[in-house]
Amino acid sequence: MNNDPQDAKLIERIQKNPKYTELVTKRSSFAWKLSITVLIIYYSFILVVAFAPKFLGTKIMEGSVISIGIPIGAGIILSAFLLTGIYVRRANSEFDDLTQQIKEETK
Amino acid sequence: MKQLTALASALLAGSWTPLLWAAEAAKAEGGKLNMTAIIMFFTFVAVTLGITYWAASRTKSTKDFYAAGGGITGFQNGLAIAGDYMSAASFLGISSMVFAKGYDGLIYSIGWLVGWPIILFLMAEQLRNLGRYTFADIVSFRLSRVPIRTLSALGTLITVIFYLIAQMVGAGQLIRTLFGLPYESAVVIVGVLMILYVAFGGMLATTWVQIIKAVLLLTGASFIALGALNHVGFNFELFFRTAMESMKTSSLADHKAIIAGNKDIFAPGGLISDPVSAISLGMALMFGTAGLPHILMRFFTVSNAKEARKSVFYATGFIGYFYILTFIIGFGAVVLVAPNAQYVDAVKGTLMGGNNMAAIHMAHATGGDLFLGFISAVAFATILAVVSGLTLAGASAVSHDIYANAICGGNVDERKEIRISKYSALVIGVIAIFLGIQFEKQNVAFLVGLAFAIAASINFPLLILSIYWKGLTTRGALVGGFLGLVATITMVVLSKTVWVDVLGNKAPLFPYKDPALFSMTLAFFSCWLFSKLDGSDQAKAERNLFDAQAVRCETGIGASGATSH
Repeated sequence: MNNDPQDAKLIERIQKNPKYTELVTKRSSFAWKLSITVLIIYYSFILVVAFAPKFLGTKIMEGSVISIGIPIGAGIILSAFLLTGIYVRRANSEFDDLTQQIKEETK
Repeated sequence: MKQLTALASALLAGSWTPLLWAAEAAKAEGGKLNMTAIIMFFTFVAVTLGITYWAASRTKSTKDFYAAGGGITGFQNGLAIAGDYMSAASFLGISSMVFAKGYDGLIYSIGWLVGWPIILFLMAEQLRNLGRYTFADIVSFRLSRVPIRTLSALGTLITVIFYLIAQMVGAGQLIRTLFGLPYESAVVIVGVLMILYVAFGGMLATTWVQIIKAVLLLTGASFIALGALNHVGFNFELFFRTAMESMKTSSLADHKAIIAGNKDIFAPGGLISDPVSAISLGMALMFGTAGLPHILMRFFTVSNAKEARKSVFYATGFIGYFYILTFIIGFGAVVLVAPNAQYVDAVKGTLMGGNNMAAIHMAHATGGDLFLGFISAVAFATILAVVSGLTLAGASAVSHDIYANAICGGNVDERKEIRISKYSALVIGVIAIFLGIQFEKQNVAFLVGLAFAIAASINFPLLILSIYWKGLTTRGALVGGFLGLVATITMVVLSKTVWVDVLGNKAPLFPYKDPALFSMTLAFFSCWLFSKLDGSDQAKAERNLFDAQAVRCETGIGASGATSH
């Protein structure tokens, strides 16, 4: 692939465009931050399951049978959905606009 | 092509015969024949075959066949991904696990869901921008074509076959219970239908089968959960309290054990016993999802990165909602199914038809015979949709990775490539039918776990490293992927699930049930080590190509993109 000199020139122009650097830096730092958030949420949960399962059995209030594990579990599911929403919202507007500008400037 | 059509129609005609015969047999034996279920199932099959016919007329190029022409929208693809992912095993399995063990079921659901945000943040748009039809497109983007394609195709085929066997055996057992059909006929019907969908309708038909199934399953599960909550006037406190009370008088063995052991059903139980197993299982669930070939393939059906991202957003929403429903259905079954003698085999201490029938009995308890028929048909449809997605992924690995790229070097007639793919679908289908029948009496639950572990230890490391790490070379990828594969299979065979439960030995040689923590680490480490040690000219050239790959990966410039329809 990419033996075409035309392609090589285009790639070089894109790489030199400061907006490309901006896109790469912003997008990857955002994506990794969100990934790490998910990993922390999930592995904290798994470690609690492994080391302190009783904690998740704590009742949400006096006299209730419902344990805090239930809202926490539902909360993790909801947080996964919300985090994807946050990423898609920013990527589909800001990052895509930036990509569009790069494409037009380096035509 | 004519021979294939003739063969298909013969198979199709043949497949109805056992169904009708079974219907007669069930009547003759005085067995309860669920007519609603059969009518609804026939309707589903008729509609999906109609779609296959329509899709076949629109499937001309390889892009049509593998990627539905690239014209699926983000929302549609989100539903289709959810359809691919919500298998009958997860619908019946998770609700039954919640029914039998309580909170533990939710731990699995969460593990299966949290892989999705990771796929979105690190892979979805990269897959779309770099690939065309299979995930091997991405791995071989700058690495050597023949060995990398072969290894990726191997990873795909092994994952697909293991997953397929588990689905086929589950299908046979489920359909026998629900429809009173003999096991073999059930497996043959599922196999023949999936071959037809894939071989004739390609990705377009497969996608629509997934979408219809996802809508049916989400609707059905919503009604069951609503029925359960309606029973207690939508009072969650009362709902869980009734479940706890109901368990005390239950005649099910699992429930008796919980009461005898004074266990808390609203806290993690004995399912995950030690931290290493917990983390290993978590890794297999999370990263296995990100390496399932039939799921990865879905990202090539949308027109651009924007739609690819939206697909994951919708899919995560649907799948998360579905898991919350299965949790409610599981506890609902403790309330409504466990105390009802109609659903319980008090002698064996199990549910009628086996312990994974909790959701099915719940359908009857909340909606009567008609709704039971609907849910049975939906369960059948669910199996069909999942096996079709798997078969298409397997067939694409053979035709696109092995035939078109590894053997023909990328210069191949499109029509011939599609033909190879269709025959591959036929062969994979026949293998799945054969193995499905062979494994009838085996405990195959471990095969799904194995498929996830392999996906997490080969497909996932190869993909993520080829996208993000400049230093990856062909040699590193080959050694790492191969060691990951061998390590996973060895550890699973030596673990309790196979060494003791299947092979009948006394004690396992490998102490953990899930190998992912070890096999995935080994794969990543050896990819890194053998790439670092690789000082060949080829390795240098491959590293130099990374920047160009990164440009395309980030911007989508040059991506196989624009919708052709």
